[in-house]
Amino acid sequence: MNRALRELLAYPSAVAGLGIIVLLLAMSVYAVATIPYHEAIRLWRGGEALWADNPRNASPVWVNLLPGRDLPHTIVVRSGQALSIEKPIGGGVRQFSMSLGFDYPYRKFPKELAVFLDPEFTDRAPNVSLFWRPPDGTEIRLTELTVRRSDVYRISSDVRLQQELGGRPEAVLLGDPNAPEQPLRGRHELLIRGYLFEEGSRVEPKLIVYGEVHGLAGTDHQRRDLIIPLLWGAPIAMAFGLLAAVGSTLSSVAIAAIGVWYGRWVDGLIQRITEVNLILPTLPILIMIGTLYSRSIWVILGVVVLLGIFGSGIKTFRALFLQVKEAPYIEAARAYGVSNLRAVFQYMIPRAVPVLVPQFVTFIPAFVFLEASLAVLGLGDPVLPTWGKVIEDAHSRGALFTGQYYWVLEPAVLLMLSGLGFTMLGFALDRVFNPRLREVS
Amino acid sequence: MTSNGLLSVKDLRLYFRTLKGPVQAVDGVDLTLRGGRTVVVVGESGCGKTSLGRAILRLLPRNVQKYTGQIWLNGLDMMSLSDEQFRKEIRWVRLAMVPQAAMNSLNPVVRVGDQVAEPLLIHGRASSLEEAQKSAAEVFNQVGVPIDFLDRYPFELSGGMRQRVALAMALVTQPDLIILDEPTSALDVLTQANIMNVLKTIKKELGMSFILITHDIATSSELADDAAVMYAGQVVETSRADQFFREPLHPYSRLLMASVPTLHEDKALGFIPGHPPSLINPPKGCRFADRCPSRFDKCSEEPPLFTVEGDRLVKCWLYA
Amino acid sequence: MNATMADGVLLSVRGLHTWFELRRWGFIRVGHVRALDDVSFELRRGEAVAVVGESGSGKSTLAKTILGLHLPTKGEIVFDGRVVHGQEDLRWYRSRVGYVQQDPYGALPPFMPVQRILEEPLLVNGVAPKERRLSRISKVLDEVKLTPVEDFLPRFPHMLSGGQQQRLVVARAMILEPQLIVADEPVSMLDASVRVEILQLLRGLQARHNLSVIYITHDLSTVRYFCERVFVMYAGKIIEQAPVRQLVETPRHPYTQALLAAIPDPDPTNAARIRAVPAGEPPSLLHPPSGCRFHPRCPSYMKGICEVEVPPDFEPSAGQLVACYLYDPSIEQLRSEASRA
Repeated sequence: MNRALRELLAYPSAVAGLGIIVLLLAMSVYAVATIPYHEAIRLWRGGEALWADNPRNASPVWVNLLPGRDLPHTIVVRSGQALSIEKPIGGGVRQFSMSLGFDYPYRKFPKELAVFLDPEFTDRAPNVSLFWRPPDGTEIRLTELTVRRSDVYRISSDVRLQQELGGRPEAVLLGDPNAPEQPLRGRHELLIRGYLFEEGSRVEPKLIVYGEVHGLAGTDHQRRDLIIPLLWGAPIAMAFGLLAAVGSTLSSVAIAAIGVWYGRWVDGLIQRITEVNLILPTLPILIMIGTLYSRSIWVILGVVVLLGIFGSGIKTFRALFLQVKEAPYIEAARAYGVSNLRAVFQYMIPRAVPVLVPQFVTFIPAFVFLEASLAVLGLGDPVLPTWGKVIEDAHSRGALFTGQYYWVLEPAVLLMLSGLGFTMLGFALDRVFNPRLREVS
Repeated sequence: MTSNGLLSVKDLRLYFRTLKGPVQAVDGVDLTLRGGRTVVVVGESGCGKTSLGRAILRLLPRNVQKYTGQIWLNGLDMMSLSDEQFRKEIRWVRLAMVPQAAMNSLNPVVRVGDQVAEPLLIHGRASSLEEAQKSAAEVFNQVGVPIDFLDRYPFELSGGMRQRVALAMALVTQPDLIILDEPTSALDVLTQANIMNVLKTIKKELGMSFILITHDIATSSELADDAAVMYAGQVVETSRADQFFREPLHPYSRLLMASVPTLHEDKALGFIPGHPPSLINPPKGCRFADRCPSRFDKCSEEPPLFTVEGDRLVKCWLYA
Repeated sequence: MNATMADGVLLSVRGLHTWFELRRWGFIRVGHVRALDDVSFELRRGEAVAVVGESGSGKSTLAKTILGLHLPTKGEIVFDGRVVHGQEDLRWYRSRVGYVQQDPYGALPPFMPVQRILEEPLLVNGVAPKERRLSRISKVLDEVKLTPVEDFLPRFPHMLSGGQQQRLVVARAMILEPQLIVADEPVSMLDASVRVEILQLLRGLQARHNLSVIYITHDLSTVRYFCERVFVMYAGKIIEQAPVRQLVETPRHPYTQALLAAIPDPDPTNAARIRAVPAGEPPSLLHPPSGCRFHPRCPSYMKGICEVEVPPDFEPSAGQLVACYLYDPSIEQLRSEASRA
């Protein structure tokens, strides 16, 4: 066992492959540990409110490391940081004024501006007016509104304001009047003045100056942080690949061995089933099932395993077992009365291990890609955050046309890496277990 | 076709590279063969006798590490020839081989007649296919395979017949010397006797020289004029056949002879306890020492070949 | 089911036929390969017999039929008074017969260590508890001189030399304390210097445990060191049975004579002689020759007699049975009848 391990590590490809697999495992463990399953689902499908703070279609932060890129980060100014003055004016009404200020150090304009108003009141909603004060001290009136619960005032989407200002709000509001292409450096402020009509009423505003970068992986069209599906894609891909590979390979081995041992019609039956099954096209069947029945990953996994059991593996193992069956030690075992079951599982199947292990490892990426392919075709599991799903989203939103390469590249690279890692390990294992394949030193 | 196939081998060494270290398969072998005679190289598994045959024929594996020594064939220094020259002029032209289990290594999809004719065409010894096939038929006669078998495939022939075909393949280019590696091990007794008869006939009528490599001492006496015993990559004894079979000198040869069961005479059988040393890092000193009943102190030093009775060579301090 | 046995007879084989059906394309019956055809003999307790023959003679098929690996097509096998042929449950039988095979490395599962290899027959035959199994394993390893036992238990077959591997095979054959050992060419794949070791080992075990041994070989030279009687087989039949000495000194059947003449001793004068060998090859077992199967190659062939009917066993001297018309007491009568026909 140790000898085999040492032999394996002599191959650089095996070391690289193992390294990649360890990395993927680490990712998986990290994902599952820091973001438990239900939490991950929640973050992935929880709804707009969860993601509201994120910019839409933002690139990853490390994009700024590339030369010539200086994309702004998101700035969030909360009411806690605000200066707030309240003045009762009688009749239970209070007049208040708040200022949310921030410094804008970037050379590019923010993507969006939005104000989240989180009021607390019982019957009468507060009334507010919003103003913008750039560093030069002028005040620009934005809008006036009665705040309802969880209102969001998207400055950037205000068409009337856009017409008034004569340009995109975020550009005009933050722009330098002397050099309108560039933002004005210095302290900008959002002024909120309004009236609170009840005793316990409050307003908890939040100003978000959306940047163009977010997180390690960027965000998608629904403002979701892509790190979630990328991280969680790892355990899902690995689990699917492993389960499918284990399920189908072990079953293949057992069935091939049983067929060879009992021979005659048993073997014939298994061969005919295999031959028919080999002709059946896997992907179209999965597509059919996905479209007509269920897209749940468990159903897909089950079908993949079922279709895989009676696959070419059976032919390979059968050829091997036919030879093994003639071995003298099997004859000796029959002479001392070994039972059929024992002979198959304890005398024949162990001989398959040198073929089984490399084959099994090399099959894993095939299953990973299968699952991703289904997702790209729109038939992935509707609930789970997988790499394939990210690619599908990117594809349906035309990511490559809009220059959002990261959206496609990140999951693609991960998929490729997993494929590469397992395949390299599998080939090296093959050479360890089957000395005849080795190069002569 | 009588020729003075004089072969002289001096200090031949063939080492292979393996993961565990260099295998010193042939470690300083000297051998001489006069024309028209047969030398039998006897030894057990792992002694290097098959490697010796291959080394003489320069059939080297890819992981060869060392191939040195001198091989003279009829006055021609073979080691000085390039691989291509050797292939064109020597191998299968002047030196041929019937390898181990040759009967199983015939090409299953080519008719046996064509397989025997092939060496002639490759080495340009026949100007046309018909001529080559004619020579193949002649050689089939010599080995005792009926002519109508020329068109058959190997699977249609019995083991004995296939072995004869392999022998025919070696004979067809009329070489000076044929190396036979275990020509009869896998065959039945009667078939074995038949093949030996064929070899004896060829030896007598064509004056062919043979190197017979085998572990079967009894069968080797059917053909041997001279005998060489190999142990752990070295030749430990060389004698004329009559001297060797009547009274072997080297302790290993003696024990080996004692372990051969005889049918026609009553004999107490012996065996050699232990097993031969590994050819990777062979022991210093006499390699047979730790299994030898006559071991003494000097044996920790490697003995040279001593001359005994004028023309016998023994690698043993007992004969110093 | 018990049958009456003569005293001291362990194994009685009568009229044993083992035929293999030959089918083309899986279902068209072409004929039968008559690997064993009407074989009869008796084996006493503690007796070692050799079965000698060439390939195709049926000797391996005989071994495997006796071991229960092939089903006999016809005939009787009775072991220690109990019927073996036609029985479904042969567990009682399998633990009484040990099998030593030709290829020591192939006979051992490469993925099992020595301890497991020896434990398997015990486990399969329900020997419990573990201590009892381990003690038997130690005992048997000791008997075959694979000692110190602890050193060998964890080793795998590829870590043993050829001789050691074969000793292990013998140990496995002995582990169920059998009464009969069937050894199929046990030393042909071993080096000359190791063969004697194994043969002596088997001889010693036989003496110590009063084992009966069926020793199958094509090498007659080893037989005299080991066995009391010899059966010579040709084309699926036993054509001569005799004590070893008698067979070697006065072989009767023309085939036996040819066989003995073809075996060389290490004698330098061999190189000068051409040996007389019968022409031709062993016959097809699918369509064997009529009558005596050796008649197409026999130098003493008598037309009109030999090819007509299969010769029965004649007894030209005590203890020597020959299936050849040359030893028919009424041979002169037969000859004159044949020449008139």
